[in-house]
Amino acid sequence: MLGLDKKDMKFLLIVIFLTLATPILLQPFPEGSGMAQFNAGYPDLMQRFAIFGIFAIGFNILFGLTGYLSFGHAAFLGVGSYSAVWMFKLLSMNVLPGLILAVIMSGLFALVIGYVSLRRSGIYFSILTLAFAQMSYNLAYSVLTPITNGETGLQVTLSDPRILGQQVSESGNVPGTHFFGIEMGAAQKIAVGSWEFTFSAGYYFCAIIAIFAFYLSLRIFRSPFGLMLRAIKSNQQRLNYTGLNARPYTLAAFVISGMYAGLAGGLLASMDPLAGAERMQWTASGEVVLMTILGGVGTMMGPVLGAGVIKYMENIFSKINEQVLHQWFGWLPDGLESIVIWAAEHFVGSGWHMTSGVLFMIVVIFLPGGLVEGGQRIKGFIKNRRGGDSDDPEHHPKQAPHVAE
Amino acid sequence: MDAILLQTLNGLDKGSAYAMIALGLTLIFGTLGVVNFAHGALFMIGAFCAVTMQRLFSISFETLDPTQTDFLGNPLKVKTPYVESWFGPEMGASIIDWSVPLAILFSIPIMLFVGYAMERGLIKHFYKRPHADQILVTFGLAIVMQELIKHYYGANPIPTSAPDAFKGSFDFGTMLGFDPNVIIYPYWRLVYFAFSAIVIGAVFAFLRFTTFGMVVRAGMADRETVGLLGINIDKRFTIMFGIAAAVAGLAGVMYAPINSPNYHMGMDFLVLSFVVVVVGGMGSLPGAVLAGFMLGILESFASMNWIKDIIPGIDQIIIYLVAILILLTRPRGLMGRKGVMED
Repeated sequence: MLGLDKKDMKFLLIVIFLTLATPILLQPFPEGSGMAQFNAGYPDLMQRFAIFGIFAIGFNILFGLTGYLSFGHAAFLGVGSYSAVWMFKLLSMNVLPGLILAVIMSGLFALVIGYVSLRRSGIYFSILTLAFAQMSYNLAYSVLTPITNGETGLQVTLSDPRILGQQVSESGNVPGTHFFGIEMGAAQKIAVGSWEFTFSAGYYFCAIIAIFAFYLSLRIFRSPFGLMLRAIKSNQQRLNYTGLNARPYTLAAFVISGMYAGLAGGLLASMDPLAGAERMQWTASGEVVLMTILGGVGTMMGPVLGAGVIKYMENIFSKINEQVLHQWFGWLPDGLESIVIWAAEHFVGSGWHMTSGVLFMIVVIFLPGGLVEGGQRIKGFIKNRRGGDSDDPEHHPKQAPHVAE
Repeated sequence: MDAILLQTLNGLDKGSAYAMIALGLTLIFGTLGVVNFAHGALFMIGAFCAVTMQRLFSISFETLDPTQTDFLGNPLKVKTPYVESWFGPEMGASIIDWSVPLAILFSIPIMLFVGYAMERGLIKHFYKRPHADQILVTFGLAIVMQELIKHYYGANPIPTSAPDAFKGSFDFGTMLGFDPNVIIYPYWRLVYFAFSAIVIGAVFAFLRFTTFGMVVRAGMADRETVGLLGINIDKRFTIMFGIAAAVAGLAGVMYAPINSPNYHMGMDFLVLSFVVVVVGGMGSLPGAVLAGFMLGILESFASMNWIKDIIPGIDQIIIYLVAILILLTRPRGLMGRKGVMED
């Protein structure tokens, strides 16, 4: 179905289910309990999961499949945000034209940047993309101020023309973003017992787009085009010797992943109609690299997982403060408690970057395949413990080497 | 003419910093073949060595001074730094005043140790991993170092002053026969340039004229053969890593008075230094130094007003623009060696 085999279809259905049920799944702790601060089921955060999931999925198409490590993908995110906000200013607050322009503009940008950068590979490619992204960031801050509004960031104001839509809402404010009348800010709260679930229109909008993005990348992974990209990753030279020019393929992958980034940027602007240059800074590019690696490069689920983990930590860890720590470790003896709190303080609050840095290092050192590989290893370990005989040397003899080695 | 001279001078201090960081990066890359994204963090740690030194020297104890009273008539509390009580007020005051240059002595062992620990503890395990992994793990390390500094020193820039003797500027133009007040140049920047010239010269001399340096150069050219000769090249490369870290740290120590250290200064410099290394040519030490000064001076020329009037915003992007042009026309960089990073 849908051009997928049975296994992938099952996978896709699971992803769809998880995505749609997120508002419930991420709210496991009842309201008012001590663990409620670990709930992640509020719209703002869930939207970020979906949006950065899209961003990371797109990045994975480039990095995971071709092995080209781009350090400048945030530039496309920024371009997407700016173009979407401009659409909100000029046309209407409907998100559709904004998203379409975001994808087109970032695609064009990616085409130009990719055409130049892909002439080189390896670390030179990383530096070239980094240079382009920093250039866009610096320009957005300085000369392009008429377009980007510099440090303040681009915002929607009452005096914007908005020729197709409302200029001013009934209450006299700037109208909110909507999708053919469905307000992005609208949310429905449902209380079940002491649990409270928030179903927001904005999240579901992002989620449905994310599912489409996921499906598309699944198709790309399974397509001959995807196979070609993998060939580039494993041995580009050999590919060249067979008479194939790899560059059109890498360029296509670069543009596609740039468009994904633009879509994510457009969605960010749709959820909160403003765009700032700091979205293009190279730390933002580093963040998407982090997400992809953390989850697992080249896997389908990894980037989404990585994006989720990082955004969750950013939101939840940064909220934990000293008082909360005292509550948690109050049962320890006094001296020990102060030591533990002293150590833990490095990792929470404004120090959550440290947590992500440490986690990232641990993953790169011990789990090059990311969290997905970790999951597979645990699975394999449990299987072996249950007496699974899949690794029985008798029945699975090692293949004899081709030539004497 | 005077404008050209002034911009050249202005570019020198940034160029010196780029050159020193890029030199360390290239050393690490040429010897160990590792792309070190944490090098900017080493530069930052150097700068914070200067901050720490200034703070250490200023640690004071409070005494009640009966000769002075506040407006209520109580004896005034007077803070006296320990150094002043140990070495006498005059000597102590000048020690505090000179804390940035003194921090050089303090930072060299620290940076050597940090570099050594980094190489033995982490980077050693990454020689055989792909470059992408090296970039990623050092990037993670840079984040951790940066956050540690942020945790202990706060997020705001910390002003660190140069010795009084080097404060202020001098009229460079009058010495060369220009009108007074045309070319005014702060003393400290000149000191910084001279310092970087000495450090860079020392590194080159070390590699050129000592037996140790000779072995390292041989190892850079052909690691395997040197190993076969029975020389423990890994140990020497580890020491070179420490030296590269020390060069970055020294660049940071002396840069503290020019630009108040903050926790993300390393990352800001790192991006540019990588561009410098690539422009100079991966693995070429003279290339890195040359490109560092060249790009520093170019940046300062591009920030002249009449150039900005012709091409707005050029000062922001000139370095990246040059890098892109050079990478596309001369893929090996200005002085890149053949066969380095060409896979």
